[in-house]
Amino acid sequence: MDVRSQISMVFHLDKCIGCHTCSIACKNIWTDRKGSEYMWWNNVETKPGTGFPTRWEDQETYRGGWLKDENGKLKLRAMDKKRTLFNMFHNPSQPSIDDYYEPWTYKYDELFNAPEGDDQPTARPISMITGDYMDIKAGPNWDDDLSGSPVYAENDPNLESLTPEQREQLFAIERMVMFYFPRICNHCLNPSCVASCPSGALYKRGEDGIVLVDQNRCRAWRACISACPYKKTYYNWHTGKSEKCILCFPRLETGQAPACFHSCVGRIRYLGVLLYDADKLEEVANLPQDQLIQGQRDMILNPHDPEVIAAARKSGVHDSVIESAQKSPVYKFVKEWGIALPPHIEYRTLPMLFYVPPLLPVMSTHTDGLTQNTSEKLFHSIDEARVPMEFLASIFGAGDQSFLRTGLRKQMAIRMYRRAITVGDIEMKVAEQMLAESGCSKDEADAIYKMTALCTFDDRFVIPPMHREEALEMLKEPHEHKQEAGFGFRTGPKRGL
Amino acid sequence: MFSDEFLGDFNNLMFVVLPYLSFVVFLLMTIQRYRTQTFTYSSLSSQFLENKHHFWGMVPFHYGVLAIIVGHVVGFLIPGSVIAWNSQPLRLYILEISALVCGILTVVGFVNVIVRRFRSKKIMTVTTTADWILYAILLLQFLSGVYIAVFERWGSSWYASNAAPYLWSLLKLSPDTSFIVALPAMVKLHMVSAFALIALFPFTRLVHILVIPNPYFWRRTQVVRWVGPRRKRIGH
Ligand code: HEM
Ligand code: SF4
Ligand code: SF4
Repeated sequence: MDVRSQISMVFHLDKCIGCHTCSIACKNIWTDRKGSEYMWWNNVETKPGTGFPTRWEDQETYRGGWLKDENGKLKLRAMDKKRTLFNMFHNPSQPSIDDYYEPWTYKYDELFNAPEGDDQPTARPISMITGDYMDIKAGPNWDDDLSGSPVYAENDPNLESLTPEQREQLFAIERMVMFYFPRICNHCLNPSCVASCPSGALYKRGEDGIVLVDQNRCRAWRACISACPYKKTYYNWHTGKSEKCILCFPRLETGQAPACFHSCVGRIRYLGVLLYDADKLEEVANLPQDQLIQGQRDMILNPHDPEVIAAARKSGVHDSVIESAQKSPVYKFVKEWGIALPPHIEYRTLPMLFYVPPLLPVMSTHTDGLTQNTSEKLFHSIDEARVPMEFLASIFGAGDQSFLRTGLRKQMAIRMYRRAITVGDIEMKVAEQMLAESGCSKDEADAIYKMTALCTFDDRFVIPPMHREEALEMLKEPHEHKQEAGFGFRTGPKRGL
Repeated sequence: MFSDEFLGDFNNLMFVVLPYLSFVVFLLMTIQRYRTQTFTYSSLSSQFLENKHHFWGMVPFHYGVLAIIVGHVVGFLIPGSVIAWNSQPLRLYILEISALVCGILTVVGFVNVIVRRFRSKKIMTVTTTADWILYAILLLQFLSGVYIAVFERWGSSWYASNAAPYLWSLLKLSPDTSFIVALPAMVKLHMVSAFALIALFPFTRLVHILVIPNPYFWRRTQVVRWVGPRRKRIGH
């Protein structure tokens, strides 16, 4: 057993209010530099919708993630090593700026310098690339809240799993439904971005699993841009380097939650350590599609198990990290309660950001649903949900509904149970029966309720001590290091000639 | 027109001083740039800003120029074999025609590269003065090369018999320009612009040629970096 620790995340989609505060927090800290204006390391999508970049889930076009070849061996969907060599000069599946949007600002001085006249002066939009006046044609969340549904929502690649009737129902005006889907880099266990980089510039940090791009080694071969199936590596057109979400590692190293987590208004975000068995990695990434979710869950180890603790110590995981793993909210959501699921696990990168799928739309289908008092009927309504199960399963189940159903049933049962306690229009007996049927004890229901509804900052973010400073001390005399190092580059990150 | 003495000095300047100077500048400055400004080593791809015309420039240009460079290197390393190969007319024609095809591929691709820059305002904003100087010299290099291939036959033979020994003499630090003084002016222009390119190399985007990936083809699929005790262990 080769135990490693991974900083992992859970996003609870029922709680996301789509305010984009997370995106703005990230933008203000990391991507307001020249060349990165168009990047949204954190973005919030409306589902159904085409997302950012447009139709990123359509791997026929973007060719991200892994595929199993005829011999059952994993290979990058975009290019194997040989093809990479011949496609260095032109990457056939690289998205271009048109797939994102042309960043713009406004010519504000026109407001102040406009001559006196009958009309209000306006600040016209100008391109942040060329500086020319431009017509804005698209933005990073152009399809927010289902705006322009016929163009955007109806082209969501996940809708391919629905029948024509289901699709029609989904977009019938009075039944229109949507949910928000905030996305950052998943800091995958089997990252295709890392595997694809010809320069070896991308790497996974051994101690915490954060995936980074070494800016000094990136040579703009752009393989990672197409290889990441989540489109979470971005190309900086000014510096000629790829960039991606860094999980705010400078904040984590100083014990602070990443900016998007810290600022999250809906408090939907959880962060904590997961211990996993790296020896199983290849085997799990190769499993048949319908076993991937279970396989990934099995790879995640129980931090309370003495055997695991011993193995973790042997693999060099610090005691404080093991302790942190034992308190990890992510472990609870993913393993103990089993209600958080990885997005698009069929891409086989083994993402370590998990989502609690949204339940909310299920409830609003039946106005009288709340007063139903047989649990069977209530579960029934999951299937009559306005978001068809197939649609959710296409995102969170690799097409398979079983894990999704178990999770949603549990959430539903807890909701009934809380309703029985707080409102009292549901009989406790019924609620308890529902809990039992969904395989959830009362204690567990209370714990889930507490973690989702009453969670404090410290419940949500259990940040392990990163021990980077100690690690450094082993390599170098600290005083010497101090003289040599500053923050980031000692010369500015200047574009090459 | 010019005195012999002047021509002699001129030859020495262009074919003895210039090559050594270029080479020293190339060596010192690429190392210096790599050490102090590693960040600037990048192919500076512009595919992200313009992806329609991109293929028609980059691909023919790079395949063409790489083939031509390989040809020059082979001629330099094994000139005897090239001359022997060329002793039969049919083989000579095959070699010359393939070289010409690669040359034309390069020129056509490179013209596309330049036209693409002019046509897209977005790409113009990421084009520097160094780029324009480089493109001018590269164009001169490619056009003079194709001119030689067409009009100064047979380039492959005299490259092996004259240019290669001259280059070897440079390498052996006993420069001997007698091999090349009699070559046509266009050939000399081609050589001088090549030396200029070598000198300018470290100050342009050409440095991307030096960092073409290699460990990729034998490294393990995943890259993991440790700072602690397990540091520098590669692979999962
Ligand atoms: C194996 C070697 C080489 C590799 C892997 C390589 C790769 C690349 C790549 C990826 C680009 C960026 C293309 C883009 O905009 O997306 C590029 C651009 C360029 N390369 Fe190379 N290259 C190689 C050799 C050469 C050679 C030998 C030359 C010339 C003598 C050359 C000259 C250029 C020039 C001038 C550009 C800029 C084109 C433009 O965008 O206007 N390259 N190269
Ligand atoms: S989400 Fe994409 S960029 Fe992030 S680790 Fe996975 S493959 Fe790499
Ligand atoms: S800040 Fe939180 S609630 Fe707001 S959009 Fe982002 S994830 Fe959703």
